[in-house]
Parts: sequence; C-alpha cells; structure tokens
Amino acid sequence: MKKIRQIIERMVKVMLTLSGSITSLAILLIIIFLFKEGFGLFNNPSVEKGYALCINASNPVEYLSPEQIKQIFDYEITTWDEVSGNREDIIPFRFDEIFSMYPEEEFGIDYELLPEKLGEVIVQNPNIIAYIPEQYLLRENASVKTLPQENIRVDNFFGGKEWLPTATPSPQFGVLPLIMGTLWVSFFAILIALPLGMGVAIYMSELAGTRIHKLLKPAIELLAGIPSVVYGFFGLVVLVPLVQKALSLPVGETAFAGSLILAIMALPTIITIAEDAMRGTPRAMREASLALGATRWQTIYKVIVPYASSGITAAVVLGIGRAIGETMAVLMVTGNAAVMPNSLFQSVRTIPATIAAELGEAPAGGAHYQSLFLLGCILFAITMLISVSAEFISKRQHNKGI
Amino acid sequence: MIQAKDINFYYGDFHALKSIDMEIETNTVTAFIGPSGCGKSTFLRLFNRMNELIDNTRLTGECLIDGQNIYHKSVQVDELRKKVGMVFQKPNPFPKSIFENVAYGLRVNDIRDKSYITQRVEESLKAAALWDEVKDKLKKSAFELSGGQQQRLCIARALAISPSVLLMDEPASALDPISTSKIEELIHSLKKDYTIVIVTHNMQQAARVSDKTGFFMLGELIEYDDTKKIFLKPEKEQTQNYITGRFG
Repeated sequence: MKKIRQIIERMVKVMLTLSGSITSLAILLIIIFLFKEGFGLFNNPSVEKGYALCINASNPVEYLSPEQIKQIFDYEITTWDEVSGNREDIIPFRFDEIFSMYPEEEFGIDYELLPEKLGEVIVQNPNIIAYIPEQYLLRENASVKTLPQENIRVDNFFGGKEWLPTATPSPQFGVLPLIMGTLWVSFFAILIALPLGMGVAIYMSELAGTRIHKLLKPAIELLAGIPSVVYGFFGLVVLVPLVQKALSLPVGETAFAGSLILAIMALPTIITIAEDAMRGTPRAMREASLALGATRWQTIYKVIVPYASSGITAAVVLGIGRAIGETMAVLMVTGNAAVMPNSLFQSVRTIPATIAAELGEAPAGGAHYQSLFLLGCILFAITMLISVSAEFISKRQHNKGI
Repeated sequence: MIQAKDINFYYGDFHALKSIDMEIETNTVTAFIGPSGCGKSTFLRLFNRMNELIDNTRLTGECLIDGQNIYHKSVQVDELRKKVGMVFQKPNPFPKSIFENVAYGLRVNDIRDKSYITQRVEESLKAAALWDEVKDKLKKSAFELSGGQQQRLCIARALAISPSVLLMDEPASALDPISTSKIEELIHSLKKDYTIVIVTHNMQQAARVSDKTGFFMLGELIEYDDTKKIFLKPEKEQTQNYITGRFG
C-alpha cells in the first residue's frame, strides 16, 4: 500500500514539474518568436523588396530618405531642388506606366526588351525618378543611376508619425500615432473607470447591506464575462451615436467613445479585485479603528484602503492591462484613423486594433507583417512596464509598513 | 460608573445574554470569567457598542455609563468609543509606524497640533510601559515589535485619547508568560486613572488583577462579587465547580 502511494506521489510530482516547465517554456518561446519576427523588420529595405529606384545619371541627387521618396510619389515634393538637386520638376515614374508608353509588341515575346525600354525612358527624361523591379534593371547602362537602398531605420519606426504600411514605393512604418492612440484611449478609460470602480468597490465592501451585496456581486462578475465583441457592438450601436449627438461631433467614432467602452469593460475587473482586497482587511483592523472613535468613513480611508493598497494596485494594473490590450471593442468604436491624436474627440487607432485589422492582409514574412509583430512587442513592453512599476510601488509601500 | 440593567442580547434567534444586571465602580478592575461561549465577551462589547457591527443582533435593557444611556438616540457611537477604549484579544496594530499607531486616535479626533500629538504619544507609551523599548524607533513599522510589545502598543493606542473606561478582551491570551506579567502589572498601574473591565480565560489572572469578578455561564451572570470572595468562598456551586476546574 505504502509503496503504491509513494509511486503515485512521485508520478504526480513529475507531472506537476513537467506541466510547469512546459508552460514556462511555451511562454518564453512565444516571447522569443514575437521579438525575433518583430525585429526582423529592420533588415528590410525601406523600399519594397525586389524593387529599385532609378534616376538619370546626370541628376546630382545621390540619396533620398524614405520619407522623401514617399512624398515624391505623393506629389508633395515636386521639384528636385527640394531634395538638394537641380531646379527642375520631378517626374515620378511607376513601372506599370511603361505599358501605356509603348505598344506591347515592342517588349518582345518574353519581355526581354523591357529593360532596354525602361533604360530608354530614364535616359530620355533627365528629371525622372523611376520605381521598377530589380529584375528589369539594365545594370550596364551608364546613364542610369540606381539610388542606394537603406534598411528601415529604428528611429523612423519609433519616431515616425505616419503609419502607411501599404504605401508604394516607400511604406511608412511610423508607430507614434498608434502608440499615442493606445495611450490616449487607455488613459482616459482608466481616468473614468478608476474613481468609479473604487467608489463601487468601497460601497460594496463597506456600505452595502448583505442583500444588496448578494445581488450586486454576481451581476458585476457577469459583466466581466461578456465577450468584447458584444461590448463593441453595444458601443457601436448605442454609445457612438450618443457621443456624436451629445457633443455634436461630425462622427461619433472617436477616442472618447473608445475610452467609454473600455472604462465599462475595465470596471468589473477593478471592482471585483479591489472589493476582494478591501474585504480581506482583517476584522481586527476595522474594529481597532472603530474602537478608537474613528467614524466609518475615517476607517475606510485611513485603515482599509491603505491596508488593501496592494490589492487595489493589482486591480488598477489589471484594469489598465485590459484597457491597453483590448482589441475588438476598440476596433469597432474608435474609427481607426492612424493619425496623431490631438483631441479626445478624434478618430484614433490603437496598437491591438491595428494588428487585428491588418494581419490578415499583410503577406507573411514581409515588412508589413514583421512591423505588426513589432507592434506586438511594443504592446508587450508597455504592459510589462506597467506591471513592473505597479509591483515596485506596492513593494515600496509594503516596506514602509504602510 | 457603569450600570447594566436587565440586559438581553440576541444573535438572530440565539439568546446570548439573559437578563443581566451589573454595576461596575469607577477606577476598579473587574474581571469576567466563564467557559467559552458563555457571553462574557459579548457583554463586554456592549459597553462600546461593538456588537452593532454584527448584523442581525438585538438588544433589550439599558446600559448606562456615568448615568447616560449609551444606547440612547442622542449618543453618537464614535463619541462614545472615545470615552470607552478597547484592547482586543490578538494584538492588532495598524500597518503604520509605531508613532502613527498611537497618534491614530488623536488624528481621527481632528487634533492637528503636532507638539500636543508628540507629547500624548510619549505619555501614552510611558503609561503602557513601552516607551523605553521603542523611543528610538518610533518611525519603524509596528509589525517589527514582538507580540507582547504589540499588545502594549495597542494599550498605548487606546490610552492616547484619554478614555475613562478601558475594555480588555482577553488581552494576554495570545502572549507568553513574561509579556503576560507585564500586561498584568500595567493593569495594576492603570487602575488609578481608568475603570478597567477585563475578560479572561485565565483564572489566576482574574485573581491577580481584579477587584471584582463576574462569573458567566450560558449567557447568565451566575455570580458577581469581590474577587476574593469568588475565589475563596463562592456562594454558588457552579462557580465553585468552575474555579476548581471541575468543568469548563
């Protein structure tokens, strides 16, 4: 009997160790995968892979930044002297334009004459900038100059203010508007949810009678279980028109609507955890305070809230975590314009919403795809930062004995 | 003087105290003894209305302190508790510094005068015979003290707001013998300034510290008399049986 029990115990021990290590390993691998994919972005050229930018050899311009390239092809930069060249108009040329310039027969059966024709166009137009596939590039043509290619730069990614991942020839991966959008929406969501949630938590743990508590608690826990699509749907149908009408905005899909829906979604988490923390304050603490003539309210804010502070911090962190990481509901109500937000009543796009909306159409392994992984890394870093700092705060409070 | 007149107390349907009458003189030590669940703690907690924190309880009868019915509508419970301090079974300091623990009662009383608070903290810690041990570490967390020191800190905390009555609910039951004897000495020295009511399981303790003793059983006050008489020549057989250790 004893032997069998020993064997079973050993087996259980092995199984527990195994499941623990497998889980940790899986998490570690996910993180490694995320970062490996994400940082692969910086090995990509800033112009789409397999394409080159060519100019006439007589053009003195030696270098164009990705930003400048994009502006040239958007007709925002129209003369060469804006990019330290001659005082001439720029003629942007996209590869497919060649087919409207020459009849099809002239390219040969297998398009073997295509490179020659492209070279011809570049030679004939000294102010041209041509965006063409590398395979059709005529290498030995001395009057054609290929602009040097550089990789996507880290500072362009983190400091860029434009998110245009599908722009040709030069996609823009400026992540700043997305980070700002995420922070704005989350910050205001927490600003709304925190005082409200704390209020409800204090009411439920200290003031509400047993009957009300028994009614409220499951209701709030039920709220936490509603799928976020449903929240998003509710937001889209009810909240967005309401916001639009109440504030007489041109569109209701704004950061504000996102904050509201996130606040509603974060509330159950904040309430439940904060309330549990406050209920966990030992009865002896409460009685000691009351026995010293403190009123119920003094007891709440001088003893119970400080005692529950680490639990309350956890509630806040999880609330923020929910707000920052939430995808679906935000995707549905914020309008998803990837521009730098400068007011709360503007359409914004958050990082999770970007990943969800774009991953499906980004070719696997491409720069766009990898940039989405890097967005995931940023999200990971933000949440990590928040939870570490929360840990730090609650530990410091603990060490002070408060 | 504390007077209890025909007190009945119920937890839901449970009749916890059965028509109890008692008078407690000012500046005396009164001990309540009796087996577990006899109602002695419940009775003690009537004097600062601590039982009100428990849902679904009911009280009949009158409880007067210095002639004032403490359950009268006009009495504010937090004002009452400033006059009637309490020390609990387990040391329950707040998660604050030693200084802030003692100052707590003053601060919730809206006393802002710093020098007065400092002075009161020192006086209270001296009265609780803790000053010499903690005077150099007032800023340290109260949790760094030993159990006995924590309990004396709780006594100092109760003394800081100058109550006239001090209720002690088994104040030494969680402490070692040395700490216990310190608490008992303390009770002796506090007697001249405070009316002390103490609940204890330890009969030697009751005999050592109290002037009068009440013996409770099953919600009834069986016998209440001078401590000497209770322990040497009790009138009731139940009391005799309990103090000689035949049951309970």
